[in-house]
Formats: sequence, structure tokens, C-alpha cells
Amino acid sequence: MAGIIPKKNPMPSQEAEVRAHNFNEVALGYSEETALNEASRCLNCKNQPCVSGCPVNIHIPEFIAKVKEGKFEEAYQIINGTSSLPAVCGRVCPQESQCESKCTLGIRFEPVGIGRLERFVADWHNANTKTAPEKPESNGHKVAVVGSGPSGLTCAGDLAKKGYEVTIYEALHTAGGVLVYGIPEFRLPKAIVAKEVETLKELGVNVETNVIIGKTLTIDELFEMGYEAVFVGSGAGLPRFMNIPGEAYKGVYSANEFLTRSNLMKAYREDPVTPIMKGGRVAVVGGGNVAMDAARTALRLGAEKVYIVYRRSMEELPARKEEVEHAQEEGVDFRLLNNPVEILGYNNPDDPRDPKNGFVTGMKCIRMELGEPDASGRRRPVEVAGSEFVLDVDTVIMAIGTSPNPLIKNTTKGLEVNSHGGIIVNEDGLTSREGVFAGGDAVTGAATVISAMGAGKLAAKSIDEYLNRN
Amino acid sequence: MYKIVSKKPLNATVTQMEIEAPLVAHKARPGQFIILRVDEDGERIPLTVAGTDPERGTVKIIFQIVGATTEKLNHKEEGEYLQDFAGPLGVATETEGIRKVCIIGGGVGCAIAMPVAQEFHRLGAEVTSIIGFRNRDIVILEKEFTECSDRLYVMTDDGSYGREGNVTVPLKEMLEKGEKFDRIITIGPLIMMKFVTLTAKPYQIPVTVSMNPIMIDGTGMCGGCRLTLNQDGKRVTKFACVDGPDFNGYEVDFDEAMSRNRMYADFERHAYEEACNLFKKEVA
Repeated sequence: MAGIIPKKNPMPSQEAEVRAHNFNEVALGYSEETALNEASRCLNCKNQPCVSGCPVNIHIPEFIAKVKEGKFEEAYQIINGTSSLPAVCGRVCPQESQCESKCTLGIRFEPVGIGRLERFVADWHNANTKTAPEKPESNGHKVAVVGSGPSGLTCAGDLAKKGYEVTIYEALHTAGGVLVYGIPEFRLPKAIVAKEVETLKELGVNVETNVIIGKTLTIDELFEMGYEAVFVGSGAGLPRFMNIPGEAYKGVYSANEFLTRSNLMKAYREDPVTPIMKGGRVAVVGGGNVAMDAARTALRLGAEKVYIVYRRSMEELPARKEEVEHAQEEGVDFRLLNNPVEILGYNNPDDPRDPKNGFVTGMKCIRMELGEPDASGRRRPVEVAGSEFVLDVDTVIMAIGTSPNPLIKNTTKGLEVNSHGGIIVNEDGLTSREGVFAGGDAVTGAATVISAMGAGKLAAKSIDEYLNRN
Repeated sequence: MYKIVSKKPLNATVTQMEIEAPLVAHKARPGQFIILRVDEDGERIPLTVAGTDPERGTVKIIFQIVGATTEKLNHKEEGEYLQDFAGPLGVATETEGIRKVCIIGGGVGCAIAMPVAQEFHRLGAEVTSIIGFRNRDIVILEKEFTECSDRLYVMTDDGSYGREGNVTVPLKEMLEKGEKFDRIITIGPLIMMKFVTLTAKPYQIPVTVSMNPIMIDGTGMCGGCRLTLNQDGKRVTKFACVDGPDFNGYEVDFDEAMSRNRMYADFERHAYEEACNLFKKEVA
């Protein structure tokens, strides 16, 4: 295969030692020249294996072909036909386990940088195209979308394009869900999320913030208000803790709280109105993307030392590869095959008013080794007897997942949930209630942005079919 | 944006406002709370609903100036707007089967206790209220409590108004005399609620306490408001925003809750001073 460029064009990035101290975006994006070069690596396979790896089935070879020709806006329109959030996906999708994992080029060389090209095209469009999208003619049907995270935005976008009158109800004060409160600025600038929400509004989507469905309004009331179908994309809910001693000490956060303080409430700014513990020594427990985000945020907030404490090995670490590499480059210390058993706190027996009382002083861990594979197929970590040690930290961030929010299930009669509290849906995204569809973390528990988008997309299609049947 | 339709000082540091928020006004029940932001980029703070007027679409809030955000809120005037106002959140106070109730409020906690007392009165229960303050200058809502209570005890720490002593004094007297309540509901400083619970314990009267931990989203997402309950010898983590704010007083780990509430004490003191300086400059 003469003439093939074996490696992906590298992503220009801020230097590790610089970016570890600021909240600006780490990856800077391809230039036009680099994008043209990367696009030229695509073999344009007839059977399009990459498309099957994409949860929203973006027409990948077609858009890359347009990039090759330098027709960036046309490339954007192709992506936009199937994805409502191209600038977001290009940044946060785990491409290495999706589209790029199926790339033919990847069999012998590095796969085409599909995610990087997607990001380039979306950014090019946002920078160069000023015309607002045309608002489709209304088909007279009203649909309510609960939650403005990736699944809700996708569902709303797809329905709006078909002429539905869509209202999104968001519980927080800003639209975007996890894209705003969870994923940090340095990985996904909030201006990009705001722009995607703006685009939806131009398509006619109405966004109502500060409305908590299940509290301010119930699902039943939405139907009384004239909505003919409802999509529930209310996202992940209550953070999980390990139920080990000491988790109530001051300095123990859930990743949700730590990231919400920094991202949504802007605690990272010079003079914040919402406080957060900055600096010191930080342990983040968990190995997913959320753990990486929390660790890298702590670093940027001025921590002198940040550990990732994970009970399995690097091979089982579920985070997106690029995030792990970035975290390592920035100096995050990975303590793998370790599991916390207790969080230690300060208690002055002579002075109950000592202001240091109740703050974290360390985390006791135990070493683990990998045993036989468990139900998930991964080797089960088992404790090494007598190997306890204390990690000297003053902040502990638990990033071990969430369980679905109980507010909607508690106030919606006939809405069935599974033993974890996740809403039960069929293969069309339909719940046990007529006209109520659901998707994203509210159904699956904590998962990825793109899988939530896939669920939102599926639900939009099902809602369209449902309302046309009647 | 949410309009401030009325504003009235109740004492030097406690203010009452009515906010136009029709959806919240239609739904809110006694014991529930709202989250507000004063301005763009402001902090989210929880405040308990002090009353509603569904017809006018307004929600009453009563707050004490304790920090930067409440200071800023107090500088907003009638006719001005709040950036965000979301709710109602939390579970409403349980009223079913309670025919005789003792409501105990402390300081600004009386603002939260008041709608609860009014609700029991409306439901026809026998209401005994005990409200406590540091001194006569900060006594609030006496008239409202008189109207909805069969018996009312007003207490001040220094005896400058009503009776001298804290709220547990009349409670203890009543219990010692053999008075029975279906429920004691107490709302105020954690230390007060802890001692109300301890006072009631020998008489095995169920005690409901209203917890007020640090919160951010208030919708069951961040976990910052968690507290520990001792249930059948087990320590159980609960979230005040979705499981509460009312809890069984006998189960709550008050000492832990008090410690957690002081997590950002230094930051808060500093932010409050900054805010005060800012307003002083504006005046000067």
C-alpha cells in the first residue's frame, strides 16, 4: 500500500505543563491543511465499516470525501443530517472504541482520525457560517423533552427538524445537562454547548430552565398541557459512595459535586461565589471519564498532588484513551490495583472547637490483585491480605458512578423501573407508559454522551412513528 | 427572571419577599424548599417556602442575612427580578394521622415552622407552638403563630421578651406533666433540634427535624447535602434534597451534620465581608 500515511495527524495541543494550570481547551483542533491531509488517508471503503461503529450512524466516508475536496460546509451538512451535536461529539466521543475501531486502515496502520475531522468540520462551520438554520414548518404536534443533556438535545433537534413543536424542560439554570455541569471547560468549552443549544432554538425548540419534572410539573401534567408525547432524558442522578467509614468527613466529594462546583458554578474562577477545596493533595477514586475529569480539574485548581485510585489495572480502566494519556502527561499519579477501605479525618480530643476537626487527613487503601474473570468478563480484583497503607491526602473525590434520579419515577404512576432505578424501555425507547419515551443515563445508568445521543435519536424516530400512527 | 412583588423587613437581619413564580406557587406544600440565584453567575441557595398564593402566583420566602448571597438578595427591591427560582423541592412535611402536634421553631427557622403550623391548624389538628429567639429585637412572626396555634410559647435567651430560656424549657414542662403529642416538629439551628430531640426521647414522642445542609443543585444530583442516619444499628447515607429535608430526629447524626455545615466557614466569612464592602462602597 504505497503512498499511505501510516499515522494519524497528531492533534495540536497545549503543552502538558502549561495546560495543567489553566482551564482552556487542551486540544486545539486541526488546521485546514492538516484536515485535508488527514481526510486524504480515508480509503472510502464501499462497505463503510466505520458507520456501523457510530451510535448515530454518521455518514462518515461521505463527509470525509467532502473534506478532501475542501467543501467543509457540505461536509458539515452531511454530519448534521444525523447528528445534532457535531462539535460536541468530535470532542468527547470514545472514537477509538467506536468508528475508528472499525476503520480498515486501522488493521495495518493507525485509523483515520474521524473524531478529529468531525471536530474540524463542526468548528469550521461555527466559525464561518453565519446563516441561521431554516425553521421547519410546524406539523402541529407538541412534544415535551425532559432534560437538556445529550439525549434530550438530540431528541429535540431531530423532532424539530421534522416540524414538531418541542419544549425542553431543564431543572438547572443553564441548558446542556452533563455537557455543562459535568464535562470540564478544558475538554468541552461551554461556549460550544451554548452554540449547539442556540442552534436548536433557531430550529424552533423552546427551552424552559428551572423546571424540575417530577416536582414543578409532573409527566401527567405535561399531557394535560397538550403535549402528545414525552421524552425523558433526565440523566444520571444520585452519586454512589463506597459505604466505607469516613465518607462524611469534610473534603470528601462526589465527582458530581466537585465537577458541578467547578463547571456549572464556575468555582475555578479567580473570585468565585461558590466555594470548592483547592490545592492540597487529592485522591480520585474510580477509573472512568468522570474520574479523569475530576483529577484533571483538581490539578488545574492548584493541587500539589493528584492520585487516581482504581481497583483494577490499566487494561480495565474504562476511560477514553486520550483522557488517560492527557492525565498522565499532566502529572496525575495512577495508583492502580488499589482500593480504599477507610477515609481518615482529624479529631482533636482536647478541643471540640478546633477548626481542623472533621477534615480529611488521609485515605486507607488495600492493594488488589486480579483473580478469575467475573460476570463482566474482566478479571475480578481481590484484596491482598495485610497490604493496607495510608495515602496522605486532604481531598477525596468519589467517581464510582451514579444511580438514576428518583424524582420522575416517584411521581409517575405506571412508569416501570428496574432494580437499579433505571427506567425500563423497549427496543423503540418506549417506556411502560403510553406516549412516554426515555433514553440516556436515566435508562442505562452512567454511560457515554454518544450512547445517550443514540438513545435520543432512536426515541425521536419512535415518537415520530407513534404520533403519525394516531 | 422572577419578579419580586413585595419586600418587607421582619427584623434587622430577616427579610420577607414574595416572588412571582406561578408554577412553584401552585405546587409547593409546607416543608418544601426552592433554590434561587440572585443574579447571573450567582450562587445557588436553598430557601424553604414560607407560604404561597396560588391565585396571585406568588411564593413567600423569608431569609436571614448570613452571607454574601443573602446580603445581595437583601439589596434587591420590590419590582426588581431574581435570575432563577426553581422548585418546589424536597418532600412536604408529613401531616397524615397527626391530630396533636408541637411545632418548635428557633430564630429564622420560625419562618419555616410557620407554614407547617398553619397547615396543621387548617387540617384541624391541635397546635402547640414554641418559638425561640436570642432577644426581643429579633422576634418575628408572633402574630402569625398566635393565629394558627392553640397555645403559643415565646422564648428569648435573655428573657427580654416572653419567657426566659430556650425552647426545650416549656417542652420539658409539658412532657413532664404527662402531655402527649402525636408528633414534635422542630425547625431551627442544628444544635437546637438536637436538644429538642434529646428532651423528647424519654417520652418516646416521634420527632421530625428539618435539615438544612449545604446544597448545590437541590435535585438529587450532586450529593453535597448528604447526611447520616442511624437506622437499626446501621449507618445509612441520605440526601436531604430528595429524601428530606424532614427526617426522624432520633436517627440523625447531628454532630456530623454540624461539622459538615462548617466546611466552607472561612470562605463564607471572607465572601460575606467582600459583599458588605462592595455595598458600603456603593453607598459611599
